[in-house]
Amino acid sequence: MNVFDRAYDDPVRVLDEDGTVVGEVPDLVDDELVELYRYMKLARHFDGRAVSLQRQGRMGTYPPLSGQEGAQIGSAFALGDDDWIVPSYREHGAALVRGVPLKQTLLYWMGHVDGNRAPDDANVFPVAVPIASQVPHATGAAWASTLRGEDDAFVCYFGDGATSEGDFHEGVNFAGVFDTPTVFFCNNNQWAISVPRERQTRSATLAQKAEAYGIDGVQVDGMDPLAVYAVTKAAVEKARDPDADRPRPTLIEAIQYRFGAHTTADDPTVYRDEGEVETWKRKDPIPRLERYLRAEGVLDDERVAEIEAGVKTQVADAIDEAESVPRPGPRDLFEHAYAELPPELRAQYESFAATREEHGDAAFLEE
Amino acid sequence: MTETQNLTLVQAVRDGLYTEMGRDDEVVVLGQDVGKNGGVFRATEGLFDEFGGDRVVDTPLAESGIVGCAVGMAAMGMKPVPEIQFSGFMYPGFDQIVSHMARFRTRTRGRFTLPMTLRAPYGGGIRAPEHHSESKEAFYAHEAGLKVVMPSTPHDTKGLLIAAIRDPDPVVFLEPKLIYRAFREDVPTEAYTVPIGEAATRREGDDVAVFTYGAMTRPTLEAAENLAEEGIECEVVDLRTVSPLDREAIVDAFERTGRATVVHEAPKTGGLAGEITAIIQEEALLYQEAPITRVTGFDVPYPLYALEDYYLPNVTRVEEGIREAVEFNP
Repeated sequence: MNVFDRAYDDPVRVLDEDGTVVGEVPDLVDDELVELYRYMKLARHFDGRAVSLQRQGRMGTYPPLSGQEGAQIGSAFALGDDDWIVPSYREHGAALVRGVPLKQTLLYWMGHVDGNRAPDDANVFPVAVPIASQVPHATGAAWASTLRGEDDAFVCYFGDGATSEGDFHEGVNFAGVFDTPTVFFCNNNQWAISVPRERQTRSATLAQKAEAYGIDGVQVDGMDPLAVYAVTKAAVEKARDPDADRPRPTLIEAIQYRFGAHTTADDPTVYRDEGEVETWKRKDPIPRLERYLRAEGVLDDERVAEIEAGVKTQVADAIDEAESVPRPGPRDLFEHAYAELPPELRAQYESFAATREEHGDAAFLEE
Repeated sequence: MTETQNLTLVQAVRDGLYTEMGRDDEVVVLGQDVGKNGGVFRATEGLFDEFGGDRVVDTPLAESGIVGCAVGMAAMGMKPVPEIQFSGFMYPGFDQIVSHMARFRTRTRGRFTLPMTLRAPYGGGIRAPEHHSESKEAFYAHEAGLKVVMPSTPHDTKGLLIAAIRDPDPVVFLEPKLIYRAFREDVPTEAYTVPIGEAATRREGDDVAVFTYGAMTRPTLEAAENLAEEGIECEVVDLRTVSPLDREAIVDAFERTGRATVVHEAPKTGGLAGEITAIIQEEALLYQEAPITRVTGFDVPYPLYALEDYYLPNVTRVEEGIREAVEFNP
């Protein structure tokens, strides 16, 4: 049976909350499973450190991803080398799998201009902060791929709140009309800051919105990394090489929960119940996969300890690297505003450079 | 004696909403996280409990929906006060603002009017993420049919907000979030208005007129005090409303000084400083003794925050701009 032929409210599952197999386990070798696990541990540890850096004043506002590692890592793992992701602002985990170094993500949230430039070989669009604004980009980029006779797939991430925006509708509608190889991956983490999922839409599911666009829609347990992997893999393959009777695009609704705040500037205790958080924490994707891998004999205490130590070192090194990048200077303000700096802008830069020369940096920088 | 409360600027926003909602059942607040959460800056704190979910409405995440629904409510005679969480997220609602909010009265030859007040925090300097720091008042000032208010003190904030809510025409109310909590002021507890379209002289001086508004008012006043020690006396005019501009106040201050500097954090090209300069050219050319200087944000996309101290005009740059206007000799 095709994974997309199911009721919209029947999420794909592979592991239950205890890590017991309840569905079809995707075809991943042991090393790949361990790597999937390691990335999730890495994303979780990074997240905790990032929140702590913000608290210490070493980083600006930061949007935590804790609880969402299964959806991010599981989906990014399912992509081919040439495929792309088009993220929102919370997909540090998916971006990491796709080749964006942790240092880069740290720099971005530290407000450093270079944080926005991923390595040239990372097939990752820039972070999109305005909600749902990246959705049409994913459609257009995928469309470009088919127009050029290429077969790259594009996975676009956004949250439950984004489905209320016009850009979501327009982007998904275009994908349906032009049959673009786009996978719309909705991280339904139940809360758009303080607004619960049920206040975003009267639709019973977000997956069913696909129906109106004539594309496939499917729910997946977003805290089950193997289920997320399986569904994304199927969607990416369909995008690349569809059956004659199926549309290329897919809307995946990954049901999950953000354990922490919307950002470090947010206090979720004002609007949601601590009991709800605890209930969802029982679905935590990391121990879930770990229990399965231990039961399968793929992981043991020693291997887990080794992974944990490696993850800590990797994050600590990334923080050191990011913090040792020099503060950007006035030239960075103007560079890349245009391919070639117009005369008026050059004059603005030169005038400011002269003022700074005269008064020194202390006259401008506030700590 | 008038009863007062010592409030920050953001508390004055909240108090303005609270006061006017208590007086007038037709005033409703709608936006993202304005209800149970009390707003991401706490500008609507407690209003949900006080007035209920029908008047303090958490909406789906959709700016066009928020502005467009407010247009519909206002056309029916209600006084909606939609909030956009940050002015940088206004743009999905921009079509509603320019195509409808600004024009309903004109298009219907006065049958419909839109007594709505669109609030949004604007501006930089708080180490915010991307798209959270822009100052784009010129977009709205350019759109005929809108009034655009940018207060700089708690007292003005409450009075101008109530004036905006009562105004029969649509008002874009941009709040300087950099100074949301920077200082307190005694604010009358009762309802009062500060007239839209009237500037306030914050400091008197004969050497040069300095025009500014919103969050830039404070560094401008600080620069003026520093320059006074050198014997340069600045007249500092806080415009408070950037559309319509208080032409009379601008011309009057300029005629008395013959020199001017305009300070805003928005980019230079197409910014309000150009408009203010043009007003002076039109009305007071023969009084002019020096080129009018502009101290503004640069013509580049607002940077990630590690660079914002360079981007934003500060005391040093304001002093430099004023000196240039004062020291010019033909």
